[in-house]
Amino acid sequence: MSLVTILQHTLTGVSLGGAYALIAIGYTMVYGILRLINFAHGELFMMAGYFMIFAMASFPWYLSVPIVIIGTIVLGVVIEELAYKPLRSAPRTSIMISAIGVSYLLQNLATYLFTALPRGYPELPYLKKVFQIGDLSSSLVTFLTPVITIVLVFLLMQMINQTKIGMAIRAVAKDFETSQLMGIQINNVIIFTFVIGSFLAAIGSILYFTDRMSVNPFSGSLPGLKCFVAAVLGGIGSIPGAMVGGFILGVGETFMVALGFSTFSDAFTFLLLVAMLLFKPTGLFGEKIAEKV
Amino acid sequence: MDKKKLLKIILTALVTAAFLFLLFYYEQDKRKNGHALSILERSAIYAVVAVAMNMLTGFTGLFSLGQAGFMALGAYTVGILTIPLEARQNIYYISGMNETLASWHMPFIPAMIIGGLVAAVSAALIGALILKLKSDYLAIATLGFSEVIRAIIASPQFDRITNGSYGLKKIPRFDTIFIPVIISAICILLMVLLIRSSYGRAFKAIREDETAAEAMGINLFKHKELSFVISSFFTGIAGGMLAGYMGSIDSGTFRITLTYDILLIVVLGGLGSVTGSILGSFLVTAGREWLRFFDEPLFIGSWQVPLFRTGFRMVVFSLLLMLVVLFYRRGIMGDREFSWDMIFRFFTKRRKKVEISSQGGSHD
Amino acid sequence: MTKEVLRLDHCTMQFGGVVAVDDLSMDIHEHEIVALIGPNGAGKTTAFNFVTGVYEPTNGAVYFNEELIVSNRPQGKMKKLYNGTNRDFRKEVVSRTPDQITKLGIARTFQNIRLFKNLTVFDNVLTAMHMHLKANFFSSALHLNQHEERAMREKTVELLRMQDLLDVRNEIASSLPYGQQRHLEIARALATKPTLLLLDEPAAGMNPQETDELADFIVKTKETFDLTIFLIEHHMTLVMDISDRIYVLDFGKRIAHGTPDEIQNNDEVIKAYLGVELDVENQ
Repeated sequence: MSLVTILQHTLTGVSLGGAYALIAIGYTMVYGILRLINFAHGELFMMAGYFMIFAMASFPWYLSVPIVIIGTIVLGVVIEELAYKPLRSAPRTSIMISAIGVSYLLQNLATYLFTALPRGYPELPYLKKVFQIGDLSSSLVTFLTPVITIVLVFLLMQMINQTKIGMAIRAVAKDFETSQLMGIQINNVIIFTFVIGSFLAAIGSILYFTDRMSVNPFSGSLPGLKCFVAAVLGGIGSIPGAMVGGFILGVGETFMVALGFSTFSDAFTFLLLVAMLLFKPTGLFGEKIAEKV
Repeated sequence: MDKKKLLKIILTALVTAAFLFLLFYYEQDKRKNGHALSILERSAIYAVVAVAMNMLTGFTGLFSLGQAGFMALGAYTVGILTIPLEARQNIYYISGMNETLASWHMPFIPAMIIGGLVAAVSAALIGALILKLKSDYLAIATLGFSEVIRAIIASPQFDRITNGSYGLKKIPRFDTIFIPVIISAICILLMVLLIRSSYGRAFKAIREDETAAEAMGINLFKHKELSFVISSFFTGIAGGMLAGYMGSIDSGTFRITLTYDILLIVVLGGLGSVTGSILGSFLVTAGREWLRFFDEPLFIGSWQVPLFRTGFRMVVFSLLLMLVVLFYRRGIMGDREFSWDMIFRFFTKRRKKVEISSQGGSHD
Repeated sequence: MTKEVLRLDHCTMQFGGVVAVDDLSMDIHEHEIVALIGPNGAGKTTAFNFVTGVYEPTNGAVYFNEELIVSNRPQGKMKKLYNGTNRDFRKEVVSRTPDQITKLGIARTFQNIRLFKNLTVFDNVLTAMHMHLKANFFSSALHLNQHEERAMREKTVELLRMQDLLDVRNEIASSLPYGQQRHLEIARALATKPTLLLLDEPAAGMNPQETDELADFIVKTKETFDLTIFLIEHHMTLVMDISDRIYVLDFGKRIAHGTPDEIQNNDEVIKAYLGVELDVENQ
């Protein structure tokens, strides 16, 4: 492989990783607070893809993007309120099964509404324009994705560390019960977490599907799982960790495909997960939690 | 007391006989009853996977989502070993079949058992890696491995064994429904015996409290691995039966949705109830057929009811699942088992506690 | 002197920078009842946890029947972090999982009761006999060991009768009142056929009458099962009544050791416990 090819693949990988990172943050924040693998997050991301298709059919892109973002946030919060909130005091298995149920429902709903056939993803102006930097050539979206990701993560970190709601999120993630006793409105914090997660999923969805050009009802499930792996890799609960995890997975996967192991690229992801859980279960940036006997 | 016991035995025998007679009756006119037979056959197969999953999740407390992968292993083993020799050339028309495998052929039962063993051995290897993980991490890791298995089956590197993404066809189908039903009954019986044995009690102890179980001298890893391997063995067997039921399979058959289907059955029937899982497999399989009218356009007079079209059935179905999960969390049976006592109580409504044998459970 | 059953040899347990147990040495002889007392957070349960394999001590060793069963020295990051008084590091590293330790004949109960909550009282005890199962997996799974199974059930009935739990044997464990749950935990521990029984605050949550009964019961159990008992307890009356010897921990360090009389008159103990004597009289 020549240097240019390697750089080219790295760029593609970082771009894919950026989209993964945005979705992974949704997983990591929800897990941090509810200790729940939000299986439906991948389907939320898929639904955001369909929202874009329909929004673009009748509106210009500068209206469509906000519509998609709002639609995704509403869906995310509705899922929280209907499927997770009633199970707050139930065993963890129940709420996880509920998450699986929602993901199953959204897949079936998408199949029903939009059929199982892939639908073409609309092109946003400028985003698909091909740029040339030295010997590297790629569409704008490829260059843009990592930049957007890093900017959003930076802003999110500022919010988590500097604002009152950010402090509440950190407190709830640290100790659910105590923060409740301290007068934090747990449900508001949870809803806010879902709002942020869904917002990032919507952005991630636009960046991801613009590059892939089609959506089908199952196109959320595998990327969803991978993004969860990215979150674990970075250390569940850690936002910069999720971003780094996303980039690692994106680059790793792109190189697997480039080397001709495309069918094994998913396998690679899960082996990475298992290796991580076995050797450093807290992830790259996670904190250790001790269990009292 | 003895009279009651005798009554229970007679009732059990009657119900079994009636069920077998029903099957026999259906078999007389396969064409007319094809639909019913197909539902029963699929229920019987799913029941094995559901009970196996329940043994793992409901009784040992290990939340595994790898069912589809282990079923795929069983199904492909059966497919590869039982497709008639003369048909193989046509099926593997792309890259041909591996020479050694091409000459191997055996009847269904041994192939199915080998399929179960393949699944069990894979589970032993995977389990050694991941069984230390806690609840949801274990779920996601098993789900991951299930996808890995599927990816390997579909990969071009294994074309000459699994026929890659083209799948396997012309797998001999069952001549009679009695074969899958009897195999399922035997599998479930073996699992019930295990669950009621000392090992089964150790499994439950692990489910209840790992620290306490360990303090009682129960080796966590050994027992978790045992439960995982045995559950996967029966899952593989069920996969083999699925191959015999469907006649043609491909890697798409064993998507995550298949695991979700089984999970739904287990949750609907009740985590920790074997009879619940059996009932659940029938209800889910049959329910899907009963809901089929949702997929057909519905006319009232000349007005077409909106919503009714292809795919609506699955939406209704998954909504039902969500309702069960949210409002009926313990499922139909909870963690209880069906027993005649339950029926008697239901009819007599006596509040009197029925004396239970020193077993703690009922052995009827 | 009688045979030594348990010996802790300069054991230190450190979590991160916190030393929970510091250089604890002690020994317990056959048929003794030895109590470990100390204020909350003194490190008593931690000591239990490294004897039973739940934790590995950071440094030090544990001997059971004069055989080395656990031994460790600071490793990895702990080498730098180590804060214990005793800097004489053990050479050998021996670790055992809790189930291996139980198999050697050490059984325990838990401070915050850890029953198999959704199983019946009967099954709680029966399950604890699993580790002594002689039949192999297949004959057990296929129920070919009826004889053994029957023997286990009979033994369970016998244990439950001793603990006065026979009437409630078909109840779900978590539905029992607190006192009975404690008794069930003891019955379950006895089902593993131990020679050394570790009781972690068996009287916690019991009323004075129940506590008195418990004292008699512990002594009786010791006699019947030919046991040695190692006990953590806050109820001073109980401890003073039944213990042969007492060790006192404060902030992880052993501050006193002796017979109940000696301990009651030990200045350091009184200082650590401010007002405990009063408790003794009140109870």
